[in-house]
Amino acid sequence: MVTAVSSPAGSSVSLAVDVGGLRLANPVMPASGTFAEGLDKVMDLNRLGAFVTKTITREFRAGNPVPRVCETTEGLINSIGIPSKGLDYFRDNVVPFYGAFSPPLVVSISAPTVDDFAAMARDLTVAGVAAIEANISCPNIEEDGRSFAMEPRLTETVTAAMRKATPLPLWVKLTPNTGDIVAVARAAEAGGADAVVVANTILAMRIDTETFRPKLGNVLGGLSGPAVKPIALRMVYQCADKLTIPVIGCGGIATPEDAVEFMLAGARAVQVGTTTFVRPTAMIDVIEGLSAFCARRGIADVNELVGAVVDGNTAPEEAEAVL
Amino acid sequence: MLQSCETRSAWTANDAPVADAETIVSSHTAVNDEYRHLVLRAGRPATLAAPGQFFHLLCPASSEDKPYLRRPMSTYKADPEAGTLEFLYKVAGLGTRALATLKPGDPFRVLGPLGVGFTLDDGWRHIVVLGRGVGLATLAPLAEAAARKGIGVTAILSARRPDLIMSADRFGAIGADVRPVLDTDGSSAPENVREILAGLAREGRADAIFTCGSNRLFRLAKDFARETGIAGQVALEQQMACGIGMCFCCVRKFEVDGELVDKRVCWDGPVFDLKEATSW
Ligand SMILES: Cc1cc2nc3c(=O)[nH]c(=O)nc-3n(C[C@H](O)[C@H](O)[C@H](O)COP(=O)(O)O)c2cc1C
Repeated sequence: MVTAVSSPAGSSVSLAVDVGGLRLANPVMPASGTFAEGLDKVMDLNRLGAFVTKTITREFRAGNPVPRVCETTEGLINSIGIPSKGLDYFRDNVVPFYGAFSPPLVVSISAPTVDDFAAMARDLTVAGVAAIEANISCPNIEEDGRSFAMEPRLTETVTAAMRKATPLPLWVKLTPNTGDIVAVARAAEAGGADAVVVANTILAMRIDTETFRPKLGNVLGGLSGPAVKPIALRMVYQCADKLTIPVIGCGGIATPEDAVEFMLAGARAVQVGTTTFVRPTAMIDVIEGLSAFCARRGIADVNELVGAVVDGNTAPEEAEAVL
Repeated sequence: MLQSCETRSAWTANDAPVADAETIVSSHTAVNDEYRHLVLRAGRPATLAAPGQFFHLLCPASSEDKPYLRRPMSTYKADPEAGTLEFLYKVAGLGTRALATLKPGDPFRVLGPLGVGFTLDDGWRHIVVLGRGVGLATLAPLAEAAARKGIGVTAILSARRPDLIMSADRFGAIGADVRPVLDTDGSSAPENVREILAGLAREGRADAIFTCGSNRLFRLAKDFARETGIAGQVALEQQMACGIGMCFCCVRKFEVDGELVDKRVCWDGPVFDLKEATSW
């Protein structure tokens, strides 16, 4: 499983990371909802560190009215609304598809109640599923964009319930739409999460100035893409500082340098989402670029980047050492 | 369901290769004051695009326009021997304004060929294509493919004015019976188009009907196909983000077994059976 990618410089860099109970060949994986079987047509899926599925629900869900997406500067706003063919379809059709590939399959789940979240986690504890990512953060699924991950108490309760329901590694995906993301992240850790994903989309909207109508059928949606990167990066930095479980960085990652930045801020791994829509092979570029970056900087193991930001808390001698 | 799965898989098998290809602009010209014609130097698999398939274009940012997402565009012509890929489009918004800035020699990234294209059944002797505006660009390669199979084509080309009739020469070159209908002389009115269709049906020259580019013509074609019991297909458009079935942005409603269901235009289409497609 440990990959040594030979770099242009000729040296060999280890990209393998341990993330919340899983050992990944490299730290790069897709973000939920921006990846599916279709990408197999465009790139070699075996290159990825892991697969993360679109969030599924137990029952069939139609999703939101169109338009479901609108562009904005360096990003987009979406209100897809989690269309889902349901749990049974997923287990029978999607899980076997990924069985033909080597990266571990992380299944993103959502549910309307604590008990339903736990039952979903239990029912997905099947061969072929390597970890659960609980999307307790999707801003569209509940009214007014509210969600479990807005509050530490609800986050801990739902995480603890899933923890009891499955022995699989449990990742909890947080929302930036909360007053205190660090408190929510700590609650996930207290509830037994193996990792947190920071973060989902930022609640946003746009209005068409010709028609005076909102640009999304659902009025509100979630902002993603390079436009959100500095905010997601800040949240990763804040959370990583206070947690012992790994943080997976997500939000606006488009280039290898973005991935490096998130890892320096404390992310153990990264998810690439919206960028894949614009450059379908972007994840490959990020993997290769990470390796090349490490080689160029004389870093033998990508884990050395994690949390290596030289901020006020680092003594000057240490700072020099990492540089 | 599409008429002939065999023909369909021969043309646009879902496992046919797709690439995010770097092409070079070889010419880019204004056809009239609304439409532009873009010709790219491209390799395979891009040039293997089947009629009705589309590409997801990475439009260049200009100083005014910076489209973040790609833009889907149906294939106007793909020629593997010549190594060319062509698009015909109307400048309609941010993406196409940015696209219009491309100059000969510029590099240009296109993801494709994507989606399920048109199907031609071996049993058909004569088909009707009915399109308007840039929709005709999508139907031109279909008419050529039909001609190659020895299937006769009647092309009803609808436009606001005579100079906006697209590709009449391409339909003419394959020996199609070309019937322009215009807003300027009222011949594009639904009653008149229906008359033409009824005449073709009486003459036994309408085994199937294909349409693209106008909701009004789509409804007409759908009604005609239902009344006469002939097959029909429509190439649909919808705003897209990923183009490869991942994001579920481009859904539309389809009638399947008496129920309205969502399908992805990029993945399940863009060509659909007229019976399933619904008005927009
Ligand atoms: C079209 C679209 C659909 C998404 N669907 C989901 C989803 O089903 N579940 C989820 O947890 N996050 C979903 N997300 C959020 C992404 O996983 C990611 O957290 C967010 O987009 C920020 O990363 P990015 O800027 O790299 O896209 C979706 C994002 C987009 C753009």
